[in-house]
Amino acid sequence: MSRIGVFVCHCGENISATVNCEKVAKITGELKGVEFSTDYKYMCSDPGQTLLKEAIKEHKLDGVVVAACSPRMHEPTFRKACAEAGLNPFLCEMSNIREHCSWVHPKDDLTTEKAEDLVRVMVEKVKKNKALKSIKVPVTKTALVIGGGIAGIQAALDIANCGHKVIMVEKLPSIGGHMSQLSETFPTLDCSQCILTPRMVEIAQHPNITLHTYSEVESVDGFIGNFKIKIRKKSKSLDEHLCTGCGLCTTKCPQKKIPNEFERGLGFRPAIYVPFPQAVPNKPVIDRENCTYYIKGKCKVCEIVCPTKAIRFDQEDEVIEVEAGAIVMATGFDVLKSDYFPEYGFGKYKDVIDGLQFERLASASGPTQGEIRRPSDGQVPKKIVFVACAGSRDPAKGIEYCSKICCMYTAKHAMLYKHKVHDGTPYVFYMDIRAGGKMYEEFVRRTIVEDGTHYVRGRVSTIYEKNGKLIVKGADTLMGGIPIEIEADMVVLATAGVANKGAEELAQTVHISYDSYKFFAEAHPKLKPVETNTAGIFLAGACQAPKDIPESVAAASGAAVKVAALFSNDELTRDPLVAVVNRQAAPVYSACVGCFLCQSVCPYQAIEREEIKSRSGEIIKTLARVNEGLCQGCGTCVALCRTKAIDIHGYSNQQVYTEIMALLND
Amino acid sequence: MKVGFYPGCSMKGGAREYQESVSALAKVFDIELVEIPDWNCCGATAAHNLNKELSLSLPARIMALAEREGIKDIVVPCAACYNRLSVTQHELAADPALCSKVASLIELKYEGTTQILNIIQFIDKYITDRLEEKVVKPFNYKTACYYGCLLVRPHSILKFDRVEDPQSMDTLVKKAGGDAIDWAFKTECCGAGMSVSRTDTVARLSGNIMKDAADRAAEVIVVACPMCHSNLDMRRPEINKFLNEKIDIPVLYISQVLGLAVGLDAKTLGLNRHMTEVNLPEKPVKEAAVTDAPKKVVPTQKLEA
Repeated sequence: MSRIGVFVCHCGENISATVNCEKVAKITGELKGVEFSTDYKYMCSDPGQTLLKEAIKEHKLDGVVVAACSPRMHEPTFRKACAEAGLNPFLCEMSNIREHCSWVHPKDDLTTEKAEDLVRVMVEKVKKNKALKSIKVPVTKTALVIGGGIAGIQAALDIANCGHKVIMVEKLPSIGGHMSQLSETFPTLDCSQCILTPRMVEIAQHPNITLHTYSEVESVDGFIGNFKIKIRKKSKSLDEHLCTGCGLCTTKCPQKKIPNEFERGLGFRPAIYVPFPQAVPNKPVIDRENCTYYIKGKCKVCEIVCPTKAIRFDQEDEVIEVEAGAIVMATGFDVLKSDYFPEYGFGKYKDVIDGLQFERLASASGPTQGEIRRPSDGQVPKKIVFVACAGSRDPAKGIEYCSKICCMYTAKHAMLYKHKVHDGTPYVFYMDIRAGGKMYEEFVRRTIVEDGTHYVRGRVSTIYEKNGKLIVKGADTLMGGIPIEIEADMVVLATAGVANKGAEELAQTVHISYDSYKFFAEAHPKLKPVETNTAGIFLAGACQAPKDIPESVAAASGAAVKVAALFSNDELTRDPLVAVVNRQAAPVYSACVGCFLCQSVCPYQAIEREEIKSRSGEIIKTLARVNEGLCQGCGTCVALCRTKAIDIHGYSNQQVYTEIMALLND
Repeated sequence: MKVGFYPGCSMKGGAREYQESVSALAKVFDIELVEIPDWNCCGATAAHNLNKELSLSLPARIMALAEREGIKDIVVPCAACYNRLSVTQHELAADPALCSKVASLIELKYEGTTQILNIIQFIDKYITDRLEEKVVKPFNYKTACYYGCLLVRPHSILKFDRVEDPQSMDTLVKKAGGDAIDWAFKTECCGAGMSVSRTDTVARLSGNIMKDAADRAAEVIVVACPMCHSNLDMRRPEINKFLNEKIDIPVLYISQVLGLAVGLDAKTLGLNRHMTEVNLPEKPVKEAAVTDAPKKVVPTQKLEA
């Protein structure tokens, strides 16, 4: 006979507003096998937990049901309390009468009855629960950081400085990310390159960091503490050990008119190139799509001029396998493509550019050496219109969120423009100015008051070219919505920050969730902002949502601390809710017949082969065995096993049937 | 092939040449247009400002009549009629209670199974595939395609073309051998129904449209809406007075442009009915406008982190 305790939580008024908790406790207290039942305002509070512990001891309980919220939040809390009172924690279960009942139903007797049902089901389950022991798994104290922008750099340095190994993977030929493209940074106007490049160099020189540029993650297997990652190192057509980075090849390459991605198409680069002068590593790669040799089969000028004979035309991609205990996602963001704004002529008119292109124009290392000159004819624009919220906050266009960084960088753009073109007139069309942040509002005020930027509250409806001018049509809503037309020399669109191309595929590759905008999803919007729902994988920077530099860096350091905490133990403790193959005495040994259907469907490669041998070493039977370290308890094998030889600890077939029967027998 | 045809008021009055040209074009491609028997007014702009049920019942009756005749597709050349019929179908599909109320008001069975096609959708579905082989006289003029408001809006209901920078008519004109120019007033307001009450407003709004087309050296403006046509064509004296210059660019329906390209004569297409004289210069065929001139390589933007 069981001695089960039932504890019904009011959750303040979250549950008790629609469910009669006292009644639930009273009714379920009369169930067979229930020794004790009570209700309490906050079970998760300290007194609540004490109540639980005292009851376990006083009534010698051998099972506990806490009827409260979702187990995702507080199951660990109550299991820990049970353990402290001497009860095996896996004999404690939660019945979710909040999300599954009180929050979704009105105050009614039926709601209370449903809560009773939910508790009764769990009481029956707990009767079948077994005492289980946690599984210990070793931790590989190496972190994989995907993405080499400022977020990835910060996370990698923080982890490496804690004494742990870091493997960084960057898709492009150099680390640095979008921050390396920026001119000056708000609100202090320090030069982006000047504060970033020392950190890039630190990455390259840090003894704990291994850098793989021009590389992509191809697959991720395993689990927290023990990930196995395949990295495709794309061929750079170069022997990196021989290359000294002299750059002779890049000056002699006959292909000189390839649009430069780093300059956002405002400049050109050769086919063998280093993305920008401060690149890390400062060694070139050959862009095979545009290289004369790969297109026509001859050229090889770079090979001829290379003083160290480092060019390798026949070099192939290399796939390497690494192990890591934790993964930090820091893959950053992108900005909207040009075909998104046919009404703004973006992509059609050369002088309608996006914010990142303006950064390049304003950058001392950019295509114009920092002079603001418009792309079409190189003239200095005397009138610039900045359009904020180009795409952002526009449900009609499918981007309902605020891109967050645009208000600030648009103010910065207007300010930089005035600093460089004193007789120029900047206009900013905006919806609201969102300048929340340290010294942010003051910065925007400076742009408006000291630099004389004309802020117009309203949206731009259309932009078209006429007699060499860009006609910007919009409305001034603070003047009663009067139509405005500005003849501008150049237009800068603060295009929405969006998830990177390929973010969805990458999320699926590393097995993390993402939101409807394809940004990676955090485990909890407030309390777990840098964790994902997949244990051991963390988020840093703008791959999660648009973020500015300070926020990205803060998130990266947060993720690094999570990784360091994970690495502070040699072993990890995991819930033992894993699959197990039935074993019996000889001569049957097991219900398993060795068909290994389970092996073919297991997503975690957790099924192994076990051979039962006689004393003379003869194989009597081959059985499936579950590797407890790899098994995630998904249950696919259980559903498929034709002899019902596999079951899951904590969710056995018997337990699930018992739950169903408890409902049916009502 | 039989396709239902809803003329609306304008095809029988001010835009007779629109119906004449659509019919003539359909004939060339062996399409039989079946006018919906006993059709009524679509309600236009008046009904939906006054009475929602009335504004839905009028188009619903038209579609119900078509259903009774077993018509699957209805071509609605007038952009306003097209809009009213499409919106009605959308609203009734979303609200079964309203749908049955409307059905009882019109005393007809209404299922909402007909497909409503505007003139471009009609051409795309029944003609485009065979268009290029039938072109005998490429329409090699610099052509400004003017879409107006109702043909492409509201996008959430019509799901037709790009709302801010539509392309469907441009594509058709190019297929007919024309040079569809890039211009800025494709979807700007022409003044619409203000034509009578505030002719000065129409002169200003339509004037801006004409001015941009003229500045970009358009030889022809093409429309797919009788209202746009009447404002740009019939109000030309007021437009020219507002602009203080003489713009004589003719305004043609898309069906007339395609009709000319497939060799129909001006009279059959009703070109003589326009207020602004259609006097297109003969152009030797070999000079046919290059439709897809190779574009200069513009640096693309594809940087990714």
